[in-house]
Amino acid sequence: MTILGQLALWLALLLSAWATIVGFVGGAGQRPELIRSAQRATYALAGVLVVASLALVVALVKHDFNVAYVASYTSRNLPLIYTLSAFYGGQAGSLLFWAVVLSVFGALAQWLTGRRYERLMPYAGAVTASVVFFFVVVTLFAANPFERLPFTPADGNGLNPQLQNPGMVIHPPLLYLGYISITIPFAFAMAALFSKRLDTGWLHAIRKWTIISWLFLSIGITLGMWWAYVELGWGGYWAWDPVENASFLPWLTMTAFLHSVMIQEKRGMLKKWNMVLIALSFLLSIFGTFITRSGIISSVHSFSQSPIGIYFGFYLIFIIVATAAVIWSRLPMLEAESHLESMVSREATFLFNNLLLVGIAFSVLWGTMFPMISELIRGTQVTVGPPFFNQVNIPIGLALLALTGIGPLIAWRRASPGHLKRQFAAPVTAGVIVAVLLLALGMRNLYPIMALALATFVVGTIAQEFVRGVGARHRLHGESHALAFARLVGRNRRRYGGYVVHLGIVLYFVAFTGQAFKTDVEASLKPGQKAELRSPWGHTYTFTHLGVSQYEELNRFTTAASVEVARDGERVGVMKSEKRQHVNSLGQPTFEPSTEAGIRSDLREDIYIVYAGSVAGTEEAVYRFTLNPLVWWLWFGGVVLVAGGVVTLWPGTSTSADRRRAMAGYAATLEGSTSGAK
Amino acid sequence: MNARAKFVIGAALVLTTVGFLMTSGIKETGVYFLTPSELADRVQADPTFHDVGVKMGARVVHGTIERDVGTQTINFEVTDGEQTYPVVYRGIAPDTFTDGVDVVVEGRLAPDGTFHATGLLAKCGSRYESEPSA
Repeated sequence: MTILGQLALWLALLLSAWATIVGFVGGAGQRPELIRSAQRATYALAGVLVVASLALVVALVKHDFNVAYVASYTSRNLPLIYTLSAFYGGQAGSLLFWAVVLSVFGALAQWLTGRRYERLMPYAGAVTASVVFFFVVVTLFAANPFERLPFTPADGNGLNPQLQNPGMVIHPPLLYLGYISITIPFAFAMAALFSKRLDTGWLHAIRKWTIISWLFLSIGITLGMWWAYVELGWGGYWAWDPVENASFLPWLTMTAFLHSVMIQEKRGMLKKWNMVLIALSFLLSIFGTFITRSGIISSVHSFSQSPIGIYFGFYLIFIIVATAAVIWSRLPMLEAESHLESMVSREATFLFNNLLLVGIAFSVLWGTMFPMISELIRGTQVTVGPPFFNQVNIPIGLALLALTGIGPLIAWRRASPGHLKRQFAAPVTAGVIVAVLLLALGMRNLYPIMALALATFVVGTIAQEFVRGVGARHRLHGESHALAFARLVGRNRRRYGGYVVHLGIVLYFVAFTGQAFKTDVEASLKPGQKAELRSPWGHTYTFTHLGVSQYEELNRFTTAASVEVARDGERVGVMKSEKRQHVNSLGQPTFEPSTEAGIRSDLREDIYIVYAGSVAGTEEAVYRFTLNPLVWWLWFGGVVLVAGGVVTLWPGTSTSADRRRAMAGYAATLEGSTSGAK
Repeated sequence: MNARAKFVIGAALVLTTVGFLMTSGIKETGVYFLTPSELADRVQADPTFHDVGVKMGARVVHGTIERDVGTQTINFEVTDGEQTYPVVYRGIAPDTFTDGVDVVVEGRLAPDGTFHATGLLAKCGSRYESEPSA
């Protein structure tokens, strides 16, 4: 099967080169036969890469350990689902994953939007194919998953146990889908520049792609948090690790882009800025893939060991130079059609939103790269950790949270004092009341008070929008409140879906606030001994060590420690945390033992128990007990965010109504022009 | 003053704030990242360097890990091939901490030559890549 895979990769190399060159030439010369040929190559490219992927899947499932990739990441006793997830668990496979998904996205874009945007599509297809070409080159020449070993091992290495988790089965592909799908909006942006069709056409073409890729990134990042929380056992979900930061960067610039395109659509402003933002997002998605795969930042010395580093380094430079040149050459065509009229307007709010998002992105990039930067400048590596990122980003984040409430409600162009009062009086009052209440209850931490007050303010603005909207429909159309609500949302999906997404973001902020009140205790307990911990809500938790048991499970030996948990003397239940030693099919240990934390969630807080080991030969166990307030709200926020995203994306009546309206207008113009000609 | 000028001033204010937060953040939280030999050089050149918290990246010497579960203390040695330091760490070590791995220890080098670590990070080969089998 690997021969088939190799063959398919070589075909993909030719097809992607063909689709790139012929697409560009055909687009530039308006030669339909070349454009058609590039289109066919785009579909064929997706086809051969799917074949290559299937070849790898077959090798994995059949345990063909003569294939180096299969032997490195799987073993005979690995459950099927993790055997399949090994497809993108290693470097070579994840690069192939990039190539195949992007080629399928490219084919989908061609199929779905090709006819409507026939001037843009040849270029957009060519740009997409060129990115596929890069990934196929790296896969073929630097990290080939089909490479064979000179011998066949009896069993493989198995998959890192930390990756043997349901969250890890879906987290990487979703994050990759986010990274990869940014290419399509980027390709259309470049197409607009190449074809000099710089009206809002390309913005319409990519609207859904942008939201989809933003959603994938959001889900991917959130699942990554969840995985880190349940699997890594340190009791948190975000450590400002380089790889986490790398996924956060394109999310930030995409978020900025999602907002600033609205200004361009409505007012014809920010055209250059939007080009820069989408190019930056694409660049950061490649950079993110690079950081994740090469480990260049966590250990500078692995740079030379991983051959893909050089490929990515040159490719990043190429993209920077090429996009900068293209944008530069079209600058005169990107002049704004209108100007900012007032600081108290939606435009201004959005500008500041962009500034803050890019500010966060810059500080995160700077902090992530600082060890390298300081080594270049001062000759010594200086690292910055979570304190740096928190110190910088909490204040900026709070300012952004405030704008989340202000932006959607403030008027375009210029907001009058009366308008401001009508829109913001109630939400501001609600926020102030919450701040006063928290102070009265004895909370003295500035940032959490601000965060919760601002969160209340934003929720207030969103609630007010829904209440007013439903009320207006109820009065005007005499609809019942439920029907009014359904129609309100159904007919303004982008707007109300957006509000729901904002609500999700507010919930993230609320969850982050909980981290300020995290408490933990480490204890070494003999059976029957207790440890105590006081929760920020004023309850006292008692943890009683019950004992340690050992047993064998499908591909591991498990040592489990059990704890009885009581809140204020009332029994909550028994929780357990495990140490797992994974073994191969011969019973030999593979990898280091891994820890499974015991977690119990409710709306107020999580109880998080880590069993760190036993005193040799006894049942005395070492534990870390953590009370982690408000974590549940993070996962709930993720669900709300996705729900909101789905509302904005949902196809149906409103869009077809738009289309009918647009068609009617078009027909009227046609009629007008023909009658005029008569 | 027109809105554009106001925006430019506002933007400049925002950017200055971000810049200020970043520089002060680095000054207050930045930590030297050194190899054992670099640390030895520093301490030799300037004995007050003992009081500076640093991060040291090195490899755990095979067979030196001693765990005392009762007191939750781990003793081990790290090296970069030239300079070796004994390390004392109190706390729960991450799963990936084992013989021969690359670790980052954060703490201070005591005048007696022992590194007292308050933080311990262990790296897997290159994140999720398995070590190339010899």
